[in-house]
Amino acid sequence: MATTSTPGSAPAASQDVGAPPGPEVPGGGNGAAPGGGGRRAGRPRRSPLAKQEDRAGWLFVLPWVLGFLIFTAGPMIASLVLSFTDYQMIQAPRAVGLENYRELFDDPRVLKSLSNTFVYAAMFVPIGTIVALFLALMLQRVGRAGGFFRTAFYLPEMTPAVAAAAMFLLLLNGQQGLVNKVLGWIGINGPNWTADPNWLKPSLAIVSLWTLGGTVVIYLAALNGVPKQLYEAAELDGAGPVTRLFRITIPMISGALFFTVITNTIAAMQMFDQAYTMFYGPQQKASASEESLVYMVYLFQNAFQFFKMGFASAMAWLLFVIILLITFLQVRIGNRYVYYHGER
Amino acid sequence: MVIPWKRLPFFAFLTLATFAFVYPLVWLVSASLKPRSQVFDNRLIPEVFQPSNYVRVWETAPVLRWLTNSLTVGFMAAAAVTLSSALVAFGFAYFRFRGRNLLFGVVLSTMMLPGAVTMIPVYLIWNQLGMIDTQIPLWAQNLFGSAFYIFLLRQFFLGIPRELFEAARVDGCGYFGLFRRIAFPLCRPALVIVFVFEFKASWSDLMKPLIYLQTPEYFTMPRGLKQIIDAFALSGHYEWEIAVAASVIAVVPMIVLFAFGQRYILDGVATTAQKG
Repeated sequence: MATTSTPGSAPAASQDVGAPPGPEVPGGGNGAAPGGGGRRAGRPRRSPLAKQEDRAGWLFVLPWVLGFLIFTAGPMIASLVLSFTDYQMIQAPRAVGLENYRELFDDPRVLKSLSNTFVYAAMFVPIGTIVALFLALMLQRVGRAGGFFRTAFYLPEMTPAVAAAAMFLLLLNGQQGLVNKVLGWIGINGPNWTADPNWLKPSLAIVSLWTLGGTVVIYLAALNGVPKQLYEAAELDGAGPVTRLFRITIPMISGALFFTVITNTIAAMQMFDQAYTMFYGPQQKASASEESLVYMVYLFQNAFQFFKMGFASAMAWLLFVIILLITFLQVRIGNRYVYYHGER
Repeated sequence: MVIPWKRLPFFAFLTLATFAFVYPLVWLVSASLKPRSQVFDNRLIPEVFQPSNYVRVWETAPVLRWLTNSLTVGFMAAAAVTLSSALVAFGFAYFRFRGRNLLFGVVLSTMMLPGAVTMIPVYLIWNQLGMIDTQIPLWAQNLFGSAFYIFLLRQFFLGIPRELFEAARVDGCGYFGLFRRIAFPLCRPALVIVFVFEFKASWSDLMKPLIYLQTPEYFTMPRGLKQIIDAFALSGHYEWEIAVAASVIAVVPMIVLFAFGQRYILDGVATTAQKG
């Protein structure tokens, strides 16, 4: 509360009761008298100013509150209820108790899609983190020219996943694809990426790795925030580049590493666009091997192709629980190692 | 100019990496100009130029409609989420209202929620409202703000000195005026970031158009591209050059956007993580 010396700005309380001119919060009840100020005994009396701020604050956040109730909280409850029913959209939902949840563990495709998703995430997240960190470290070394490379690395991230997937269907083509041609130059006989069941998940991971630029940019920003004196001091103490990397750089940017590992894992668990574009569709190719079935694709099929809304809801809750568990584990492990720059 | 010999290995490595990232896009554009039999050759300059691929795309599918749809949906989604998130973020940043911290905790926790959990009931809501096969479900939810953007913008609003708001209050500015006249203009760069992020997300999205759209007329570009690929797969007749040209059409608007907003976008990506 500063600058109250302006003439006419009176004491704080009355200043707010007198309706300020200009556009006001719709229905803000701004000029309302401080009614009901002391009606509720027991609670500390809130000044008219505070009450008005309460009201205005809630009005500003009202859009989100409404959206939360209509599109998040309500649907969450509905989804939980649906998960205990059989609902095909033709008839009203029929309660089936735990049947859907039992089916989750009986349906081999649920387990298969889950393990496929884990394998994909286990390939993409660690490799992605290491590659992105490596690229960011290189970028930092070249100084100002880093800007150009940063732009180049981020460019693929602007490509819609469907277009990227369509493109990689051709690039990864076993016989004629560019990737295998390049591998051929260095004497490697590339696999039949998009057709060989063993190589479907690596194919998906390659598409994801191509759109890794965002992570590189984040790491670069974190690297630039590491104080130079630390390196100078370490060098004086005779620390080599490897020691500096593991003793200074990585600990100092552990916050960014942690952030991207968590967000990339959550995203990987929900991967859909690439897998669906490359291997699924209404035609359900015969070649669509079970090996490419990721969890969200199977969930989507259950919900919107087989119209098993109850079962799909149960699948959604299983995914939620798994993501919560993974994130919880990561936070538990991470908190032991992550260094926050005195921010918290 | 002094050649920085010491840095040469880094440059060499980065150039190689750049190829890996950029070359596929260059290849895509080049392939889109080749006849079908040569789509797979690795010539950068096509041996036979066949720009008529683009005409063929035009004839096979209503690409112009899809482009317009994507632009409309993207604009609506981005504008809606930017305005609503800014309003809500200002609410959280400026007012010390009762229940604020608890409510903000709820906002943050929704970021963890996988979309799958709400996807089916939200679909049923739009179905009840008779909005299936319209584009409204693709953006209307954005009118209620989005947790991540609220969080991000709040950080920016918190960075505005509070004295500025107090001074305006003293001068008789209303609460909404504080938002519209001070907070909003001062955070324009952040708002641009939110707009661009959401536009890009909306442009790239496949799942929502898959769920809500049936009539090809209403498709967005990625949904249309998927349709083209599916059609080839169904017929067993792969017209690669068409799919490639359609992919280029889906990518180019994003590249143009990136070309103009490059600084904003890259700095935005960097700051979002730092704020997070």
